[in-house]
This record gives sequence, structure tokens and C-alpha cells, in this order.
Amino acid sequence: MKSSNVIARERGTDLLTVRDLHVEGFSDERWHPIVRGVNVSLKRGEVLGLIGESGAGKSTIGLAAMGYAKPGCRITQGSVVFDGADLLSMSEARRRRLRGSRIAYVAQSAAAWFNPAHRLLDQTVETAVAHGIASRGEANRDAVELYKRLQLPEPETIGFRYPHQVSGGQLQRAMTAMAMVCRPDLIVFDEPTTALDVTTQVEVLASIRRIVEDFNTAAIYVTHDLAVVAQMADRIMVLRHGQTVEEAVTRQMLAAPTQEYTRTLWAVRKLVKPEIEARDHLLTIDNVTAAYAGRVKVLVDVSIKVPRGRTVALVGESGSGKSTLARVVTGLLPAISGSISFDGQPLPLSLKQRPKDLLRRIQMIYQSPDSALNPRQTVEDIIARPLEFYLGLKGEQRDRRIGELMHMIEMDESFLDRLPGELSGGQKQRICIARAVAANPDLIICDEVTSALDQIVQEEILKLLMRLQRELGVSYIFITHDISTVRAIADKVVVMHQGKVVEQGSKTEVLTTPHAAYTELLLSSVPEMDPDWLTQLLARRKNRGILDAAG
Amino acid sequence: MTSAEPLIQTTRAHRVRRTRRSRMRMALKNAPLSAWFGMGVILCYVVIALFAPLIAPYRETQVFSEAFAPWSHEFTFGTDQLGRDMLTRLIYGARNTIGIAFITTTFSFAAGMTLGLLAAMYRGWLDQLLSRAVDVLMSIPSLIFALMLLSIFGSSIPSLILIIALLDSTRVFRLARAVGLNVVVMEYVEVAQLRGEGPVWMLRKEILPNVLPPLIAEFGLRFCFVFLTIAALSFLGVGIQPPSADWGSMVRENATLITYGDVTPLLPAGAIALLTVAVNFVVDWFLHSTSGLRDEK
Repeated sequence: MKSSNVIARERGTDLLTVRDLHVEGFSDERWHPIVRGVNVSLKRGEVLGLIGESGAGKSTIGLAAMGYAKPGCRITQGSVVFDGADLLSMSEARRRRLRGSRIAYVAQSAAAWFNPAHRLLDQTVETAVAHGIASRGEANRDAVELYKRLQLPEPETIGFRYPHQVSGGQLQRAMTAMAMVCRPDLIVFDEPTTALDVTTQVEVLASIRRIVEDFNTAAIYVTHDLAVVAQMADRIMVLRHGQTVEEAVTRQMLAAPTQEYTRTLWAVRKLVKPEIEARDHLLTIDNVTAAYAGRVKVLVDVSIKVPRGRTVALVGESGSGKSTLARVVTGLLPAISGSISFDGQPLPLSLKQRPKDLLRRIQMIYQSPDSALNPRQTVEDIIARPLEFYLGLKGEQRDRRIGELMHMIEMDESFLDRLPGELSGGQKQRICIARAVAANPDLIICDEVTSALDQIVQEEILKLLMRLQRELGVSYIFITHDISTVRAIADKVVVMHQGKVVEQGSKTEVLTTPHAAYTELLLSSVPEMDPDWLTQLLARRKNRGILDAAG
Repeated sequence: MTSAEPLIQTTRAHRVRRTRRSRMRMALKNAPLSAWFGMGVILCYVVIALFAPLIAPYRETQVFSEAFAPWSHEFTFGTDQLGRDMLTRLIYGARNTIGIAFITTTFSFAAGMTLGLLAAMYRGWLDQLLSRAVDVLMSIPSLIFALMLLSIFGSSIPSLILIIALLDSTRVFRLARAVGLNVVVMEYVEVAQLRGEGPVWMLRKEILPNVLPPLIAEFGLRFCFVFLTIAALSFLGVGIQPPSADWGSMVRENATLITYGDVTPLLPAGAIALLTVAVNFVVDWFLHSTSGLRDEK
């Protein structure tokens, strides 16, 4: 079915032609080039995947395809011709008429794009009604039809709910419906599934792909996830530093990338750490139950052993209680029952009862280095504080140790006077790691530390963490929802679902022969590089009806 | 990428080390004209207030024979209802009015900010207690409340400062608590908490620097309001007491001249207006540059 579509698309004329596009962004008191001479052509019904690390300019190109540049950015050169008309030279009023009706946009975080004060249905049909394309009644009927096609539950009534009353995956599909309601010729998808769990992502991907095929809509699909783009795109364009590295039909690109950079992108997902048996346990969590505000139990009867000098990966989707477990271990949320022992000694449940030296031995690294680093403190202040606070280092000793730590995280001392806002995402995360390591801890809890980063940076950070473990013998509790990360770092895997431990055991045991149905669902939902993966998975699930079980 | 030796990350070489001073210089360089105007005016006022005895042609309370004298070489802006030189009174008025307003605003910020941030940090009963107390104070119209308190404690300058500072600190409290609440949920505050930091460090190093921009902007605005409150109270006769010069009472005392087509009473009023506008220009610029807003073309 797909191959016949591809043939039909190749016969069509170009819907969108971007020629020699240059975009600049303003930062550091100067204009910097973001996109440098990119050409894009897109036929009707064709899906183009744009991939690259952050800062490669992929989202900027996606927006420029709509004739738009974000505040602080400007299109300096080039042309964007949509269906014979140059978007850049036409009046703003004409552009606005095109946007929403013939060109639509689906953003990464639907939760931030929906107005929480209006019902989904009203927001879905708003553009169609505003552009005078359909009457409200017609548009409402059409929206329900779209909800059905996007496989939203209760399509007749879901439109009457408010954004906070539906799940993230449903909201993302509602946003796709919002984009489709005018039957646009072109949709720009800007990382629509990045913020979703793997199990939800599969459903959203399947819905988006079906609806784009049904209406023969052209799409630009922006993502940094190769496996996802392999499922969605007919053609892939690899970008780096605002320039095209390589462009080819999906299968060809996956099978035989011609550029070195593309091959390194492909290689990232293949990082695997051999698993090592542990001698003894550093942390033992026994039958712990925890609840927020004394009401809803978020953790029920959780027992986990963390081997010394090894990595335990906590896996599960959002809401499974992974991060809550981290809060229980750190003492921010004292458990209501159960016990925790650390290095043979019982660990006081509440943060306030723990002496300073015990606090030093358990450190934490967060998902988002942006909010984990105080924006008003320099790198030096940030790293020096644990040294001064826990170890009482002063003067030359302190400076020497800072130097050592900076070297450990592979950065030089020219960064010391920088504020976090002046660093890249990967560098910020390195600073967070340095801050944790500065305390000479025995256990570091890593809460989704790589999920906000690009794949290449992810790999660097994971390698760094592994090296530190080898050198310092520190243990990790690694919270993640990404199975390829688990393969890269874990010795032991704990699968959590709805506040309970579903399965735990050595990495090979859990990943190769999962016992629990949930583990199997989770593992099978992880996208693979094979472009037929999604089609085959959906066929398999249809046969076995797992999809229904997943809710 | 493929080499086993890790690549050491380094900054771009052409960048010089940035100090706080160089950041400030850069910000000043990009300041708009309105901000420069505002800063110029404020600087003038400060110089006049500091060097009033050197600049003024006569002494503050020196009385001449002719009351309501017209503008002349001897009395640039004429004399007031008692025969005191208007220009001299204007210059000394800057000293009294601005000085008192500045001290009052500083007091109200010290109190409001500390309590507001404490309430944001600890929540619970402390927050409830402080917030409700502030609600009670705010429920009474502040000018009337100030009049009442001044008539109880007498309108000396210390009581004037303390009473206005107390009433004004309620607004600062609310703002500080609101912006503080957004900061205390940040993970870097949690990091400090996990590290075992005490309340002083949390307040001073983790929270305060991040709530400062809106508070400094508010300082500028509240300074104007305090200024206007003092002028209003003086106009009503319970503010700064004679014979000290102050702009509010100067307007009141010479108001009758307006009916004769003499603009002299507008001069102190104009001085108040100009300073208010100047402070607001600077505050606007400061807010704009720290909020990270970018101008759309």
C-alpha cells in the first residue's frame, strides 16, 4: 500500500519549494546564522523527515516553511514558494490566510499550546470557522470524524472536555485534528511525540501516519529520533549547523548513509554496556509505601536492592512512581511504611533527620539542567559549594579540586566564570554531574538525565557517567523511560507500573525474556530503525489485542 | 567522535572573561534614549538633594519682607506666602522629600521582601499568618489608615517613615511571596535543600538573586508611590511639618496664586511629576531588559 503511494507522489508537482534559505538568530548581542542555504522541495502527499541535533536548525526550517520566523530570528535570504506563491514576499494578511487553512503546525508540547480555558472541540474548529471555510455545525461534525480517524476514545463526546481532562497522547492527537480540520495541503510536525511515553508514542505515530496518508497531506516531520522518522517519512534530510548533510529516500538513507556524520548519528543507538555481577548491596529498599498529602498511594510495597558500584535502571512510563521513589530515597518524601538501609545502616526516612555526612553520600542529578542550576550562580559557585559545604575545602585546595572536577567532566577552566544560561544543554548537564561528584557520594540518583538531550550528546553523557562509575566506584539509580539508554548503562533493571514493581532482575534477563505482560508491551513499543517496524508491530498487536489492554 | 580520548570542551577563544561590571557596561550601552533621559534626571535630582546648601541661593527658612513676590533677579521664582525664596525651598524640598521617600521605600522593601520570601519558602502556618495579617492591613484604604495612625502617633518624621513603610510593605510582601513561590519549586532550590543548606543560604543565595529583577523594578514604582503619598499627606497637612521645605506642602501653601494666573505653585508639582516619569522610564527599561522579552519586528 505504501509503495503505490510513493509512486503517486513522485508523479505530483512540487507543493513547497524552499530555495537557499538563510535564517539568523539574535543572541550574545550579535546575529548568528541558524540556517545557511538549505533547499527543500516537497511534493503533494509526501512526508519529509528533518533530523539533526539541537541547534541544527530543523525547527527553524519547519517554521520558515510557513513563512514564519520566531521573535529574535529573521529570514535574511532565500525564497519559500508554496503552491506557486512566494510566502516571504506576500503581505502578512495573505500569509495569515494561508496559515491554518492550507498550512498547519503541530507543536511538541500540546499541553502548552491548548488554551486551558476552552473545550477541545471549540479549539479544534476555531481556525476553520475563523477562516470561513466551514460553518460551526459542519466543522463540529468534521472534528468528530477526525477524532474517530485519530482513534481517540469516545470521539462523539471527547471534544466537550477541557485540555486537562485528557491524557498527553490524546491531547497531541487532538492537536493533529486541529491542524487537519481545514484539510491543509501541508502540515509541519515539530517533534510531536518527543514528550510522550513510548507506549503512547506508538499510538500517536500510528494515528498521524494514517491520517496523513488518508488525506494525501504533505508533511514536514521534525524530530531528533531516528527510529521515529524511519516510520514516518518518505524522505529524510539530515541537518547539521544549519546546512544539509545528506538527503535521500528513507530506506536508502537507513541502509547506506553516505556521510560520516550520518553514520555517527546511526551509531548512537548501539551503545551497550556488558553487565557485571555485584558483590554486595549499597542500598536496600524494603516494602516501601509512599503517598502525597497522605491520600493517594503513589508507591505500593516497593522492594529494590541496589548493588554497590553498579547501575540499577528504573523503567516505566510517566506516573509509574519512578521519580517518587527517588524522592523517597533522598528523604524529600518520607515513606509512610517500610524501611531503607544504606551501607548496612538504617537510613532515616526524613531528610531532616539525616546528618550532613549522610546527605553528602546520596546525590541527585535531574532531568532538566535548566532548572537544576541556579541561573544567577556561575559555574565556579555551583561546583565549589559542595566542596566548601561538605568537605570544608578552602583557597588553593578548593581551586585545585575544582580544576580536577572540570577535567573529570571533560570541560576546561575557561567555563568557570560562565552563567548556566551561556552553556549548551550537554555542558549544563556536565556541570550538574560535577556538582554531584564534588560531594564524593556513594550513590547518585539520575532522574531522566539524558532525556532532554540530543542523541549524540546523550551518548557523551552516558559515556561520561560510565567512566565516572569505573573510576570512582559510585552506584547509580538511573530513572529512564528509554530502553536504549537502559541497554547502554544498566546492570540491573527494575520495571515499574502504577506504583508497583512489575519485574526486576539482571539486564539480560529482563530485556531478553520479559515475564510480565507490561514489560513486554514496554519493550515492543520502543521504535526500531526498520521502516517497517510500526506497520508490523500494529499488525501483531491487532492480532493479539494488546493495544486494548494498554488502554 | 570516534577517538577513544575524550574531547575537552572549551569556550570560543575570542570571548573575554565576563565580569559583572562588563555585563553592566554592555547593558548600559544598549539602553534606549528614554532610559538615558530618566537616569540623567534622577542623577540631577540626587546631586541637587545632596548639595542643597551649596546650590541654593538662600537658607531654607530665611524669610524676606515681601510675601508672594514676583519672579525677579533677586528671587528667581519669587517668594512664598511667608516671603521665603521659592527656588531655595524647591532645592531643599528635593532633599527632604526624596530622602524620606528613599528611606521609607528601603524599609518597606527590607520588611516586605524578607517576610514574603520566608512565607514562600516555609508555606504552612507562617504563610497563613503573614498573608492574612497583610490582607487585613490592605483591606483598609491606605491613605485613610495613614492619616489615622499619624494622628495617633503625631506627625514626626520617624513616625511618618515607619507608618508609610509598614503600609507599603504589604504590597511588597505580596509581590515577593508571589515571585518567590515560582522560584522555590525550582530544582536548584531542591538541590540546596538536599545538600542540607540552612534558611539563610537558601534565602540569600538561591532565592533572592532570582526574584530580584521584578523586585527592583517594583522598588522604582513604589518609590514613586511613597513619594506621592508623602506629598499627599503634606498637602493635607500631616506630612512633613513646617518649616521644613517639601514639595507637597509647597503646592498647598501657594495654591491661591493659581487664581491670579501665576504658575509658581506648578513648579513643585512639576518637580514631582518629572521625577516620577524619570523613575518609570528607568524601571521600564530595566524590566524589559531583565524579562528576556525580545522585540518583534
